[in-house]
Amino acid sequence: MKANCSSPGETGETGSPHPPGPQSPLHQRHLDLGSGLGRSSSWTCCSSTSQIMEKSPLQTIGEEQTQNPYTELLVLKAHHDIVRFLVQLDDYRFASAGDDGIVVVWNAQTGEKLLELNGHTQKITAIITFPSLESCEEKNQLILTASADRTVIVWDSDTGRQVQRISCFQSTVKCLTVLQRLDVWLSGGNDLCVWNRKLDLLCKTSHLSDTGISALVEIPKNCVVAAVGKELIIFRLVAPTEGSLEWDILEIKHLLDHQDNILSLINVNDLSFVTGSHIGELIIWDALDWTMQAYERNFWDPSPQLDTQQEIKLCQKSNDISIHHFTCDEENVFAAVGRGLYVYNLHMKRVIACQKTAHDSSVLHIAKLPNRQLISCSEDGSVRIWELREKQQLAAEPVPTGFFNMWGFGRVNKQASQPVKKQQENATSCSLELIGDLIGHSSSVEMFLYFEDHGLVTCSADHLIILWKNGERESGLRSLRLFQKLEENGRKQWRAGRRQHGWSCGRHWKSGSWLRSLGTRPEEWFQNSLKIHILQTERRPLSPGKPVA
Amino acid sequence: MISAPDVVAFTKEEEYEEEPYNEPALPEEYSVPLFPFANQGANPWSKLSGAKFSRDFILISEFSEQVGPQPLLTIPNDTKVFGTFDLNYFSLRIMSVDYQASFVGHPPGSAYPKLNFVEDSKVVLGDSKEGAFAYVHHLTLYDLEARGFVRPFCMAYISADQHKIMQQFQELSAEFSRASECLKTGNRKAFAGELEKKLKDLDYTRTVLHTETEIQKKANDKGFYSSQAIEKANELASVEKSIIEHQDLLKQIRSYPHRKLKGCDLCPGEMEHIQDQASQASTTSNPDESADTDLYTCRPAYTPKLIKAKSTKCFDKKLKTLEELCDTEYFTQTLTQLSHIEHMFRGDLCYLLTSQIDRALLKQQHITNFLFEDFVEVDDRMVEKQESIPSKPSQDRPPSRSLEECPIPKVLISVGSYKSSVESVLIKMEQELGDEEYKEVEVTELSSFDPQENLDYLDMDMKGSISSGESIEVLGMEKSTSVLSKSDSQASLTVPLSPQVVRSKAVSHRTISEDSIEVLSTCPSEALIPDDFKASYPSAINEEESYPDGNEGAIHFQASISPPELGETEEGSMENTPSQIDSCCIGKESDGQLVLPSSPAHTHSDEDGVVSSPPQRHRQKDQGFRVDFSMENASPSSRDDSCEGFPAYELDPSHLLANRDISKTSLDNYSDTTSYVSSVASTSSDRIPSAYPAGLSSDRHKKRAGQNALKFIRQYPFAHPAIYSLLSGRTLVVLGEDEAIVRKLVTALAIFVPSYGCYAKPVKHWASSPLHIMDFQKWKLIGLQRVASPAGAGTLHALSRYSRYTSILDLDNKTLRCPLYRGTLVPRLADHRTQIKRGSTYYLHVQSMLTQLCSKAFVYTFCHHLHLPTHDKETEELLASRQASFLKLTLGLVNEDVRVVQYLAELLKLHYMQESPGTSHPMLGFDYVPSFLYKI
Repeated sequence: MKANCSSPGETGETGSPHPPGPQSPLHQRHLDLGSGLGRSSSWTCCSSTSQIMEKSPLQTIGEEQTQNPYTELLVLKAHHDIVRFLVQLDDYRFASAGDDGIVVVWNAQTGEKLLELNGHTQKITAIITFPSLESCEEKNQLILTASADRTVIVWDSDTGRQVQRISCFQSTVKCLTVLQRLDVWLSGGNDLCVWNRKLDLLCKTSHLSDTGISALVEIPKNCVVAAVGKELIIFRLVAPTEGSLEWDILEIKHLLDHQDNILSLINVNDLSFVTGSHIGELIIWDALDWTMQAYERNFWDPSPQLDTQQEIKLCQKSNDISIHHFTCDEENVFAAVGRGLYVYNLHMKRVIACQKTAHDSSVLHIAKLPNRQLISCSEDGSVRIWELREKQQLAAEPVPTGFFNMWGFGRVNKQASQPVKKQQENATSCSLELIGDLIGHSSSVEMFLYFEDHGLVTCSADHLIILWKNGERESGLRSLRLFQKLEENGRKQWRAGRRQHGWSCGRHWKSGSWLRSLGTRPEEWFQNSLKIHILQTERRPLSPGKPVA
Repeated sequence: MISAPDVVAFTKEEEYEEEPYNEPALPEEYSVPLFPFANQGANPWSKLSGAKFSRDFILISEFSEQVGPQPLLTIPNDTKVFGTFDLNYFSLRIMSVDYQASFVGHPPGSAYPKLNFVEDSKVVLGDSKEGAFAYVHHLTLYDLEARGFVRPFCMAYISADQHKIMQQFQELSAEFSRASECLKTGNRKAFAGELEKKLKDLDYTRTVLHTETEIQKKANDKGFYSSQAIEKANELASVEKSIIEHQDLLKQIRSYPHRKLKGCDLCPGEMEHIQDQASQASTTSNPDESADTDLYTCRPAYTPKLIKAKSTKCFDKKLKTLEELCDTEYFTQTLTQLSHIEHMFRGDLCYLLTSQIDRALLKQQHITNFLFEDFVEVDDRMVEKQESIPSKPSQDRPPSRSLEECPIPKVLISVGSYKSSVESVLIKMEQELGDEEYKEVEVTELSSFDPQENLDYLDMDMKGSISSGESIEVLGMEKSTSVLSKSDSQASLTVPLSPQVVRSKAVSHRTISEDSIEVLSTCPSEALIPDDFKASYPSAINEEESYPDGNEGAIHFQASISPPELGETEEGSMENTPSQIDSCCIGKESDGQLVLPSSPAHTHSDEDGVVSSPPQRHRQKDQGFRVDFSMENASPSSRDDSCEGFPAYELDPSHLLANRDISKTSLDNYSDTTSYVSSVASTSSDRIPSAYPAGLSSDRHKKRAGQNALKFIRQYPFAHPAIYSLLSGRTLVVLGEDEAIVRKLVTALAIFVPSYGCYAKPVKHWASSPLHIMDFQKWKLIGLQRVASPAGAGTLHALSRYSRYTSILDLDNKTLRCPLYRGTLVPRLADHRTQIKRGSTYYLHVQSMLTQLCSKAFVYTFCHHLHLPTHDKETEELLASRQASFLKLTLGLVNEDVRVVQYLAELLKLHYMQESPGTSHPMLGFDYVPSFLYKI
């Protein structure tokens, strides 16, 4: 297993302050993990194992997880190296890609491997889908993949056909984005290129930097934001007009507010986007005039008004506060900060809930589910499910109490007890409650994908993809399919005219048909098998089930 | 394994009778005759008369034109099996009863030698002196160098149990036909090849002669031919003739498949095989094209040589061996088939019948039987054959009178039914006439017949092939389809007893010379199972109409054969049925050992041959004792066996499995248990390794597994939660340092593991690397090595990491970590105070319980209203509560038992929906439930 734990799509090979050697944290993580799990298991009955208490206040959950719906899993194996990317194609399909350079299309319902796309010679650095346009004759959805072999390949997601291959890149493309409105797509490496659906290069920027563009999002007014090292660059696309037939891309503005490399960049809504840096700066920007709307720097401090930058730098290891990933809904931005999770409220402009050590190791990906649940995955190989709960009664005390002690309680407290305090009192504050964890991967979980209907897909550095499903629901679905098949078989038999004499189950032949395909009624069958059963140790005779009216 | 004789016996114990609840009686069609003397202390497995061989075997012999009848080989090829049994003598016996008119040569009116495609004949015969009974399958193979181009062979299944042969006649016949077909196909191929060679030789010879003649002609232009030239010309002519003859032979042999294969009753798989050959042969029958190329490619390097035109009958020459006669490939295939047959019919008749019924029933339950039964992988042809059994409704047979009358001798009944399509003939010695007459008194009451006509009948049939010897009884020979036999049978039945009997039997007595040869039935046809028979056979066990009392006359009970048959005679006596006791096999030994009751019919000497008397009960008892006694004397080793359970030879009713399983589960798994006796050792040695990694399949393995499981249950108080883990699909990891111990326990516990599909159980006997999530999806029972070194830390770490998916049984520390179990199912399944002592019995008990469990799971899975809303507005909660109440109230499941049934139901669903079984592993289902640590 390659133990490269950074997510290349976002960090890039910056070489700047970066997590220490990839091997050691992983090792460390495992040791931590062992003891953590030892504790979480409840060896209640005359347990002889000494329970090692850990210093880390990692929240754990026992084996009893009543709210955890995922009681079934399916391991999908097709990759030979770290699987880094998952992308949803439609309601039931998704594609996975990773360091082995292959893209695999799966059925999320059955776990069936649908296609394997071979073409890249090196690891895949970015993958994106290019939805088909209604107007376009080509209905097929496209998949674009960029690889370290400096190519981008366009695939047909239905047939697996390689539509086209572009290999004119000077550098590895690290990010791809599609501007659907303009029907173009952009590739970001050391420069930024604009392509149309037919894969004509429309225009490109000059060489931007050696580190390359690490993230790219679309913002209004035909603009895109690119994260290049510490700076954000705003580009504007000029579509062809009557005047000029040429596409053009213009550098509009450089934003230099981040102190360190920008690791994450997403759109919050039409009006704002958010960026996160390696040393834990969270900045919310106005998408229209590119000004800073809010600046959150210190995730161990709930009060954004504090000007505590100097003192904060002193202690934290930078990788503990690097912001790997964001997700957001209408109200909140959820940030994966180091090992913790933070919920930043857009209206109150402050952190309303946090879980300082949500995982044993860096959180790599988070997602918000519709039902106020948050899912996070981490380098420690686990996936955790959180629920955002409001707790009104706790308004009196500052949210993350525990940590003030460590960083000079007195002073922070003094500051916190100022106007901020009043604001807190009438605000709702929340907490993140752990409601379940999914243990399956043996190595870092790189990413996951949530399907409303089919459950959760996780991919990992252990080369596996795991499909987590709701067992109860799956059981019901299987029953449904079973009876469908029975009915089908029954109908076939019925049509064949081999109608078995005599019995039918109920008024409708339909309900009887599935039985017919069994060749015998279940009651008869059951009685038969009772007859067969010689050593009947059970006293009570069993009566076959009669349908409930 | 749903039913088995010893389980039945178990339920007969008194404590059960006292219970207020009467369990439903076993349906009649499923019951097999019980050993009638069980309550008299006799051991049903301690039998085997005066037979000199220890267990059944297959003998192949040849009637060599040079040395006469000679044994060629036995299967199993182990001198221990047939012991002191005189193979030469027996070969003589069986080869002397060849009924076929296998005449090859120049039939009148034909210019060329004609190959007769002789159909195999199937004869049951017995040699009471040797205590041997045999199903004999005669066949002829073609050999260019042999007289008349044919070499008569026969394959004989030799058993000490006459009834086994009689009742398994159909099966034996079918299986042997398959073997024979294989041999003959190979032989035809070889023969054709030989002819090709010969033709080439002849062609070459002709060319040479021709040129010589030409030379002579040229050299000699005087206008007359020298005698030398004439000689040459003659020689040339005879070569020409020979060529034509051989070409004709070749044409004949190639035309064979078209004619023969139509009525072939082989199963589809085999059929395909044959069809392949047929199609191959059909191309071959076009002599000029592919066939020749085919043959040439086989023997590319054949150089013709000069030969004599006249075919020589070379008595000095070494005849071809059987392997040479057939293609080596076909020969080995035949041997495989024969050892398969040997496996298949190994063991007690009762056992065979039970397992046949068993398989038939299991076949019926095709939806659930994959879960716990490992029979499923039994080859299709067996299953195919069995399929007819359940599908034939028993409507056409009257409510079984025989069952009320005589529940026990159903073995006999099926013999009767089998006889319904089989002629029964009796041949007696002349000296026995006195006895014969005595018997006549009884027999004629039932069937009066004209001895003379029967004599004619036999003459026609037997073609004088019975020549010498003292005590051979040809017990059966099926002759079903030929018109001749029908008219014969009618001729032999001068006074039909009743309409029923007319069809069903034809008893005749006859006397020939000094010998007592009794032919009970013959079957000289390829299409050995006539349609009406096929129909009747499945219900044969109950078909009482074909139990005409008179038939008794055709069956010779051996006083010293297996005790169940004694039961039959007893039963017969109660019905005033005359039965014949052939005293030959009791012989002097019995005279010496027993003071028989003064029944005049029973006192007889060896020369008396056949004595018939209504047996009396007290005498039966004596014989029962006697048998036991002689067992004790004769074979202490088998005594040892019976101490442990069954004698070793009766293992393995699941025939093929024995071939398929075992390569994986080696004997190590059972290593610490008692040492096995020689005969078993040979059993295990002739197993054929296979690619199927099946768990435990042979009876022996089941027995071991059962024993070890029983031991586990007694030893560990926390066996219940462990077994619950297995049943509910939670992977159980057996952790230990000692591989042998771990493997043994894993093998034992595997009997509780439900399979995913029709292939191997999800059991991994031994793993030494850290477990992975895939392992839990794949395996439900894992033996894991505990390593003390730091390397082992990874293993343990992985185990603790995935603890929610596993239950961990630590053999070294004697702890179990797994969820709580409070159900009632497992305690019944694995009661540590159980009275069951034998491993095999326990295994059957488990199977029985699991069958019940499967039926619950089936009902739960396929009850429509439990899984689909009855109307649109029904909520899921309502559905769930309905499920819960069904499980609890209707199926009577308590607490965690529900999980077991639910898990099985999921497996059933998956299995039913799976298009191609065995392609993928199902999902890993699990629960978030706390685990507990159990200690002793």
